[in-house]
Amino acid sequence: MDNLNALMDGFAAILTPGNLLIALIGVTIGTAVGVLPGLGTAMAVALLLPVTYGMEPTQAFIMFGGIFYGGMYGGSTTSILLNTPGQSSSVVTVLEGFKMAKNGRGGQALATAAIGSFVAGTIATLALVFVTPVTVQFAITLGAPDYFAIMVLALVATASVLGSSRVRGFASLLVGLVIGTIGIDAVTGQQRLTYGVAELASGVDVIIVAVGIFAVGEALWTAARLKTDAGSVIPVGKVWMGKSDWKRSWGPWLRGSALGFPFGAVPAGGAELPTFLSYITERRFSKHKEEFGNGAIEGVAGPEAANNASAAGTMVPMLALGLPVNATAAVMLAAFQNYGIQPGPLLFEKQSALVWTLIASLFVGNLLLLVLNLPLIPVWVKLLRIPKPYLYAGILFFASMGAYAVNAQPFDLFLLLTLGLVGLAMRRFGLPVLPLIVGLILGPMAERQGRMSLQLSGGDLTGLIGGPTSWTIYAIIALIALWPLVGLIKRRAARDRVAVAA
Amino acid sequence: MTVPDEAAAPSEREGAVATAEPPPRRDLAQLWVCGFLAVLGVLVIVDASRLAGFTASNDPIGPKPVPVILGILLFAVAAFYTLDVLRGGRGEAENGEDDGNFDWRTIGLLCAVFIANALLIDWLGWVISGSLLFWGAGVVLGSRRYLLTLAAAVALGLATFYGFAIGLGVGLPAGILQGIL
Repeated sequence: MDNLNALMDGFAAILTPGNLLIALIGVTIGTAVGVLPGLGTAMAVALLLPVTYGMEPTQAFIMFGGIFYGGMYGGSTTSILLNTPGQSSSVVTVLEGFKMAKNGRGGQALATAAIGSFVAGTIATLALVFVTPVTVQFAITLGAPDYFAIMVLALVATASVLGSSRVRGFASLLVGLVIGTIGIDAVTGQQRLTYGVAELASGVDVIIVAVGIFAVGEALWTAARLKTDAGSVIPVGKVWMGKSDWKRSWGPWLRGSALGFPFGAVPAGGAELPTFLSYITERRFSKHKEEFGNGAIEGVAGPEAANNASAAGTMVPMLALGLPVNATAAVMLAAFQNYGIQPGPLLFEKQSALVWTLIASLFVGNLLLLVLNLPLIPVWVKLLRIPKPYLYAGILFFASMGAYAVNAQPFDLFLLLTLGLVGLAMRRFGLPVLPLIVGLILGPMAERQGRMSLQLSGGDLTGLIGGPTSWTIYAIIALIALWPLVGLIKRRAARDRVAVAA
Repeated sequence: MTVPDEAAAPSEREGAVATAEPPPRRDLAQLWVCGFLAVLGVLVIVDASRLAGFTASNDPIGPKPVPVILGILLFAVAAFYTLDVLRGGRGEAENGEDDGNFDWRTIGLLCAVFIANALLIDWLGWVISGSLLFWGAGVVLGSRRYLLTLAAAVALGLATFYGFAIGLGVGLPAGILQGIL
């Protein structure tokens, strides 16, 4: 009950005219940026982060909650109307959503996405309220060696489980870890990897990396392939849902929420898998199987709900353990650190009011999105018609503004361009971006926990192995590491069998 | 324990799909990435070797081991990566459409515009340098309505300056327009 009281306090904090206005602005610009083709939620949050620099932490996080859900919501609009998913978690939505739009049911697709997002967001945020404190209870029993193990797990998992190529995942991860090492070592004060550049002594700001890799990299990548055709936008009819649409949507919403939340909450779970699973589930359960592939509303309702529920799920490890499991959470963690706030179990003790206000703002943002966006969808659709030169010039413009605003030094702009070129190369060569960002953020944290563990054991390497928790985690890491061997053995066995049969 | 199992399964499935369809030909340009990783490894190791073996009672291992481990891992990944490229491996193409069309000229010009902004921002201020950035990037990217683009650029520059720098307290320089804006 303490949590509910704390949540009520959070609501009390947000329900002032000023804060509601901030939430409204956050939701609006989050949606606007999320709608723009090619911009994912992480990029929206990274680009908009500078907007909050001048604010108090509470206001900043209220705005963040709005941007977060707004960006997610905006992404679905692009997928449905333009056939271009802004991020990998919207890929599944495209399958049925775009078909629906083509069949003249774009309004229904957008409506089920919007209402489904609201339902899933509300359920998942409620789950967050109950699950996070439990996770915190567990987290405070953990020592430095356990944290070290969890962070190593998160690093290994993001590099190897997501994406199709492990070696590319690890390459991306290592680049992130190296960038994270740059700067003055916190314990000994020695400069590492600065090569005498004074501006690097304080390290490379996560925001600059995120904006460079996501925004500048994306703009350069599009420019390099010169696809300046704006893409045809399908006109939306009225945004509403008929009785049969409601009947066919509520099941997928609930199942999608149930699938999305747990996946969001584990390291490397992400939103791709639950959206995909939700799609398969709905196809299996549907009474309208023949419609799948031609615009089935279940195929939009389920994955969109799963997507939003997973987004709320990622807040659990982010708030309770300080562990970012997707790019958006990574950027949000960077925002916390900007305010000198370190997410983790202590956050709930030290900054309790702030956390609960953030959670309350997620509820409020979610509701605002629904009431604001159902009628505003035609306006957002207009944003899809912005000519590509303006769109990408605008991305470069806002990216530069944000990067400069971090430290007010032109050096960061050169850094931004360099990272943008790295992002461009990563897109060209098919390297996943997420491991880099997660490595950059978790690397220094893992090093600190590792050194702390060794400090307790006086430098003896056994200090890295703590209680049963870390044993379990190392077992999981071993499992992930050995998994490709299992596949290899299976394939070998299959080949032998074929050989014998022949 | 079940979670990584479930999570690992599709990656294996994807791997199977990737091997099922043979790549048309090896993409040897990827070797640049391997080279980059190896060079990064050298940079990390060289820098780490410069660090004194600084150990204290509160920090038994010092700042050195982490870069050393990273350097070794970088070499290892570069080697495996090279092997993968030579065996015809390739990454997942973003958006699934890679026609090999790559326009270096546009990239070069965009970089030039970007650098110009970085060099000019403290002197001319954000409103002017940012407007130039937007205008230049827009023109490079194919906008042919120069005046309209310029108007949009100046409007954006002014709006962001007043909105963010003055309104929200974000630190943007006024430059030579100090006192006018």
